[in-house]
Amino acid sequence: MTNHWIDLQHSDCLLIQGSNCAENHPIAFKWVMKAKERGAKLIHVDPRFTRTSAKADFYAPIRSGTDIAFLGGMIKYIIENEKYFKEYVVNYTNAPFMVNDKFDFNDGLFSGYDPGTRKYDKATWTIKKDDKGIAEKDPTLQNPRCVFQLLKKHYSRYDMDTVSKITGTPVKDLQTVYEMYSATGVPDKAGTMMYALGQTQHTSGVQNIRTMCMIQLLLGNMGICGGGINAMRGEPNVQGSTDFAILSDILPGYLAAPRASLPTLDDYLKKNTPKSSDPRSANWLQNYPKYTVSLLKAWYGDKANKDNDFGYSLVPKLDDGQNCTILNMIDNMYEKKIKGLIVIAQNPACSLPNANKVRPAFTNLDWMVHVNIFDNETSSFWKGPGMDPKKIKTEVFLLPAAASVEKQGSQTNSGRWVQWKYEAAKAPGDCIYTGDIVIRLVSKLKELYKKETGAFPDPIINLTWDYTDDKGRFDPVKVAKTINGYFLEDVTIADKTYKKGECIPSFAMLQADGKTSSGCWISCGSFAQDGTNLMARRKKDDPTGLGLYPQWSWAWPVNRRIIYNRASVDLNGKPYNPKRPLLAWVDGKWVGDVPDGPWPPMSDLEKGKYPFIMKPDGVSSLFGPGLGDGPFPEHYEPLEGPMEKNPLSSQLKNPVMKIFSGPCDLFAGCDPKYPFVMTTYSSTEHWCSGAMTRWQSWLTEAQPQVYVEVSEELAQLRGIKNGDKVKVESARGSLPCVAMVTTRLRPFNCGGQTIHLVGMTYNYGWLFPEDSGDSCNFLTPTAGDANTMTPEYKAFMVNVVKI
Amino acid sequence: MALTRRRFLAGSGALIGGLALSSLGIDLSPVIAYAEEMKKIDKVKSAKETLSVCCYCSVGCGLICSTDTKTGNIINIEGDPEHPVSEGTLCAKGAGIFQTTSANEHRLTKVLYRAPKSDKWQVKTWDWAITEIAKRIKKTRDAGFIAKNSKGEVVNRIENIAHMGSSNIDNEECWLTTAMVRSLGLVFIDHQARV
Repeated sequence: MTNHWIDLQHSDCLLIQGSNCAENHPIAFKWVMKAKERGAKLIHVDPRFTRTSAKADFYAPIRSGTDIAFLGGMIKYIIENEKYFKEYVVNYTNAPFMVNDKFDFNDGLFSGYDPGTRKYDKATWTIKKDDKGIAEKDPTLQNPRCVFQLLKKHYSRYDMDTVSKITGTPVKDLQTVYEMYSATGVPDKAGTMMYALGQTQHTSGVQNIRTMCMIQLLLGNMGICGGGINAMRGEPNVQGSTDFAILSDILPGYLAAPRASLPTLDDYLKKNTPKSSDPRSANWLQNYPKYTVSLLKAWYGDKANKDNDFGYSLVPKLDDGQNCTILNMIDNMYEKKIKGLIVIAQNPACSLPNANKVRPAFTNLDWMVHVNIFDNETSSFWKGPGMDPKKIKTEVFLLPAAASVEKQGSQTNSGRWVQWKYEAAKAPGDCIYTGDIVIRLVSKLKELYKKETGAFPDPIINLTWDYTDDKGRFDPVKVAKTINGYFLEDVTIADKTYKKGECIPSFAMLQADGKTSSGCWISCGSFAQDGTNLMARRKKDDPTGLGLYPQWSWAWPVNRRIIYNRASVDLNGKPYNPKRPLLAWVDGKWVGDVPDGPWPPMSDLEKGKYPFIMKPDGVSSLFGPGLGDGPFPEHYEPLEGPMEKNPLSSQLKNPVMKIFSGPCDLFAGCDPKYPFVMTTYSSTEHWCSGAMTRWQSWLTEAQPQVYVEVSEELAQLRGIKNGDKVKVESARGSLPCVAMVTTRLRPFNCGGQTIHLVGMTYNYGWLFPEDSGDSCNFLTPTAGDANTMTPEYKAFMVNVVKI
Repeated sequence: MALTRRRFLAGSGALIGGLALSSLGIDLSPVIAYAEEMKKIDKVKSAKETLSVCCYCSVGCGLICSTDTKTGNIINIEGDPEHPVSEGTLCAKGAGIFQTTSANEHRLTKVLYRAPKSDKWQVKTWDWAITEIAKRIKKTRDAGFIAKNSKGEVVNRIENIAHMGSSNIDNEECWLTTAMVRSLGLVFIDHQARV
């Protein structure tokens, strides 16, 4: 979230699209209701009428997988009806920037596409620079080659009739949503956009979010109180686990994973450190070398020094273009290339798409290590349906872990608040902290690699591993301080001297010469210089009156509660909305939230800086060349969809997404055998694959077994009554379940074509309770987002028959 | 003054006197339930309070855990009224979080091992498991280590071990996990951020 949960109350219009907030983030929804009490409008856009819809001022149905068409239509509406916040757009976005003359878009494809490799050469997706290297601009926004005019042209094709044909949303509903939401494009109104997996888990998931961001920029809603783009994250610490990079493509703090073509630290830093020639751009990430070297110091301590590139060679390198994300991981397991698997607190047998590929892939493993508080369908895969244990060689180590309330440590919520929690009881039996398991395992490996010969032992032997207390147990405080970072020598910065061993109070003090360490630069400042744990704070002072609670826990970055907050003020530093002043330049200093950098506002032509300090140009990107599938989001149909043609272009599917082609990778779009769109979601009472909640009687009593929701119209078509047993089938698998006939789903009218949509929760598995049914992921496809490879769980094709 | 739930239950002690009414054929189960609730409250009053955070959706609601000082077991978990986001409230899952504690008979409490082609778990010790897992990791890693790629570039990685998880562990555990898998040379690393 750019903002935080409490801030939702300050919004004047809340658009929830791709989330059922009322049921899946119920306590957060309280803040949505507080906004409504203040007179805010709530809009819900979703394929299904949920409890969120029931509380909305306006509900608009949408066929799953068509969000870019819906939101692209809103961009057209905002521009053509001049609803955008012009001063903000001109000064704080790249709307006035001139684009490369050779950049082009034609019939669904941008310039540079190679159908052979299914990739773009992005050479023409650039901004024109003058001889000083500064972007050429047209502040009148009239030049046909400026970003604004290209944006206008791109979305001119998204008229409401065309959008309605794609989305199945009636034109009058589109009109209502566009009008209601674009009313926030004035200085004293705030609109917020809230989403969850309903936006991200698509083959165009990243571009879905980008379209939302672009609307927020056009309306001047980014960086302000009551605004922002707010991802409601679905796991207790998925913010933290992402910050700390349990991912193939990044290192802690969103630093890039090293690549094979970057053999030295210098090569790596040259490639990844952004440059700007514009003296008015803060270009904050010019500090990349400081963050990288400090991370290497945290990992390798004295073994990381100038002479050995700070241990850069110890970090594994991916080949250029190599993608090791989850779908490719399963593919490699299915192909018998992966022999060992470590799973911590996850249930991929139920939660990954295409279970008929995932579960057999596990049988190819020599060994699996699984850490959890309950047994689940992954650890017990060898005795699951269709498995013959006598034929499965895989050794499984199932390790009992302490539960959340039995552990001290920190957890990061969606609003980036890092909250400290304490151990309420010793974990039962032989259960120990996951941290203890990792510590024991690495300690044993260090011992083995010291004792015996082995491949490249250096990164294991040299890894700093001093995280236990005097009883030899995992010490979360020691690790947390390492993450924050230390001064490794006395360092003087701006006349102030910091002593060796003191905690780094802010990432602004990190150094690239090895004198500081930090396990994750964005966490710098979670401890005060004197070692006080700021994540444990519980003071409720509220100096701005906006509910920022700056002394409750600690938020990254540098306790900033709303990021990009310099965009909430005008060029003179005066709040655009005087009723909710998040930040103000008063008597030569900033008052309010922690500002996005200390510099004066932009009217100071000498020292003032542009507001979006993380972007090399200092402004936000309406034209965004960073993504693989286009600088402007474009609507394409899901991999499996009901439409034979895309009304917007002859490009039916996302042109750069990976198409898997193994024996289990079966797809059937526009196939009469699978005529219905299906989507998946969760329930209030269960959590994710149900691996924790199905073992809890209070919750399973409320939601005991797997079901499919079908509309009354579809039920009539298939002769299904509420409570009947049915079978749901896709090209990849089938699943028996109970039918729930409901008015919450309605058929869509997409340009005269009637499209039925059905939905299932993904909360079930065969292990427990015995009669609860199995996972809906027998049906989902092996397909992923074109940029992130996040699987497509939300739009694919099935059939439903009575059994 | 607003009547809190605790205060109401404390004031309803007079109901216990109604137990004698059972002989008159009156259903006393609600009365017994109240009495049980009161016993629990007495226990909670003398328990040690520990602050925690909910383990589900990332709203990050505050929890107060009550631990019986004699047994060391958690006996109650409720919302933290001081927490500025949740203000004492919890959803169905959060309110039921007590069932993730040792009170749940389904919790794993032993190290379990499934041998190749076996149809059952065997109970093992931590020392045995850590040693055997480390041996497996080393053997697989040493066999699959890739020093250079096909272009001859130094990569120092392994592709025959993969790691998943987790967003269900604390930050400090996440950071250690990342350090472990990178130092081993793993590149197939992913977790719930995508699923």
